[in-house]
Amino acid sequence: MFKHFKVRSQPLILAIILFIVGGTGIFFFSGNGITNFKGSNFTSIGLLISALVMYSSIPVIATMFQSETVLSVTLLFPSIVAIAVFVYGFIAWSARVSFSAWKGLMPDFTWVGLKQYYNLFHNDPRFMIDLRNTLIFTVGFIVGCLVIGLGLAILLDQKLKGEALFRGIFLLPMSISFIASGVVWSWLMNPATGSRTTGINLIFKSLGLNSFISLWHTSPQPWGMVFTIIPAVWQLAGYTMALYMGGIRSISDDLREAARVDGANEFEIYRYIILPMLQPVTLSAVIILAHMSLKIFDLIVALGRGDIRLDVPGIYMWTTTFAANNYAQGAAIGILMLVSVAVLVIPYLVQNMRSETEI
Amino acid sequence: MTRKIVSHTFYYLILLLATAFFLLPIYLMVLTSVKPFNEVDLNTMWSLPTALHFENFVAAYKQLAPNLGNSFIMVIPESILSALLGSLNGYLLSKWRFKYSNLIFSLILFGMFIPYQSILIPLVKFMQAIHLYGDLPGLVFVHIIYGIPITTLIFRNYYAGISTEILEAGRIDGASLLGLYRHIIFPLSPPSFAVVIIWQFTQAWNEFLFAVILTNQSNWPVTVALNNLAGSQLVQWNVLMAACLLAALPTLLVYLFLGRYFLRGLMAGSLKG
Repeated sequence: MFKHFKVRSQPLILAIILFIVGGTGIFFFSGNGITNFKGSNFTSIGLLISALVMYSSIPVIATMFQSETVLSVTLLFPSIVAIAVFVYGFIAWSARVSFSAWKGLMPDFTWVGLKQYYNLFHNDPRFMIDLRNTLIFTVGFIVGCLVIGLGLAILLDQKLKGEALFRGIFLLPMSISFIASGVVWSWLMNPATGSRTTGINLIFKSLGLNSFISLWHTSPQPWGMVFTIIPAVWQLAGYTMALYMGGIRSISDDLREAARVDGANEFEIYRYIILPMLQPVTLSAVIILAHMSLKIFDLIVALGRGDIRLDVPGIYMWTTTFAANNYAQGAAIGILMLVSVAVLVIPYLVQNMRSETEI
Repeated sequence: MTRKIVSHTFYYLILLLATAFFLLPIYLMVLTSVKPFNEVDLNTMWSLPTALHFENFVAAYKQLAPNLGNSFIMVIPESILSALLGSLNGYLLSKWRFKYSNLIFSLILFGMFIPYQSILIPLVKFMQAIHLYGDLPGLVFVHIIYGIPITTLIFRNYYAGISTEILEAGRIDGASLLGLYRHIIFPLSPPSFAVVIIWQFTQAWNEFLFAVILTNQSNWPVTVALNNLAGSQLVQWNVLMAACLLAALPTLLVYLFLGRYFLRGLMAGSLKG
């Protein structure tokens, strides 16, 4: 190995300087440091930056290897460590908490096995509501986004005037936070009746469509949850449309022309050529939308304002952990959410990796 | 010909209906935020204002000003640092592949999909232990770490499209790994920097879970403050609508003026970039 290693003075000196500067930084910040600067604590940030400076001496040394793979790996190393700790390490830590009896402010790692999971599934009505709501929301959200998204994508494929403008409008909601849209939608879907009727109900009332007036997301269970799908679809149908538009655009015009020559009408072209070719797009859209809906949190926070009938696992985890200090249960819910997403995403990632290796 | 006119009229009708659905909440936000106080009433919610007034904005701004500031302080360094890190990672993982680089990339990518509830307890305890809990630097740090997957993905896909021949020519001229980055890759990167910075800006600005759990009240970003405002019974809903518009305005403006780049980031999130 050392045959391919040539000591050069310039990088060596640079490495030593970086090492000393970083080391001094660590010494400085771990000693007295700036503990309070404009109300913020910069000790850890200082330590982190110092450690990175100190670490950077290693890639500098690595430039002296003939093989640049060493340099590549040393440069990637901080990100790899960050992901290893903050994703995989923390998942393992969460899993450990979920097997414990930790309830209260003091950590308690007493092993109780699968008890938290057992309790969630067997004696927890709230978690049952969560599961039902997640199922309703996921199915409705995915179907709604796919149908509207595909429909709009096909419409915008008709070479109409103002296509770009329509596309821009349909994608606009993607740039707004779930919180802001949840707040606005909770006003649009205001359930008040009589003289206090407002929001969309007021439009219905003034149009004489009294039978359309609805309690929206405050309807009795489980219908309330169905209405939370509306803002979610509003927010992501445009995105689904954009995915489909990308798919449609990648289908060559020659293929359509050939079908037309063979006597196919426009409907048949979509039915027998374009739709089958869009299947991969549908698959990735379903995976992306499903993983979003399994994690849904902020939209329901803004819309439901703590209404237990609209509870979802993301919210239950939050309240049981940080309001009730039931850490073990919170961890178990978090891990269950992770498993549900992983089942969906891992095959997708593995397939993605395989197809890349082939190239 | 007449058939075409009929079908096109029908298409436009559907598109206009869809437009009404997509613009309804935004129309309501804008409409309400310019109404004077005395015209704000549940029954006249949809009527046009008789004159333009900006009192609601002033009232909403009074409530949200510190939080808008917090959001900017958090989002600007976060998006820039994220982009730099993603650019380096993307370059190494696309142009300097080694034996396990595809596996490592997939393992990094998985971090993009995890529900953050599954790492929240360790994260909070860890941030408390290193004294970054409650503060904006801590939130910046967390967003950068969990932004690594998406930023790496976007840059990797972008760099994969840069032909290897250019790099090989550079190598023959004696350029090293970092030399190639500096003289060839980085000068070609501005479009993808725009995509990633805009993406991270929007994501971090709109993010709620980390923000509500990792910051204390004086450091709340605007999403948390808006949610809090919506929960209080004291705020009139016309002010609330103006507050929503204010909170959404930075990302809306980014979308309106830099939509092209925003869309590319959006598409990169679907993996096959």
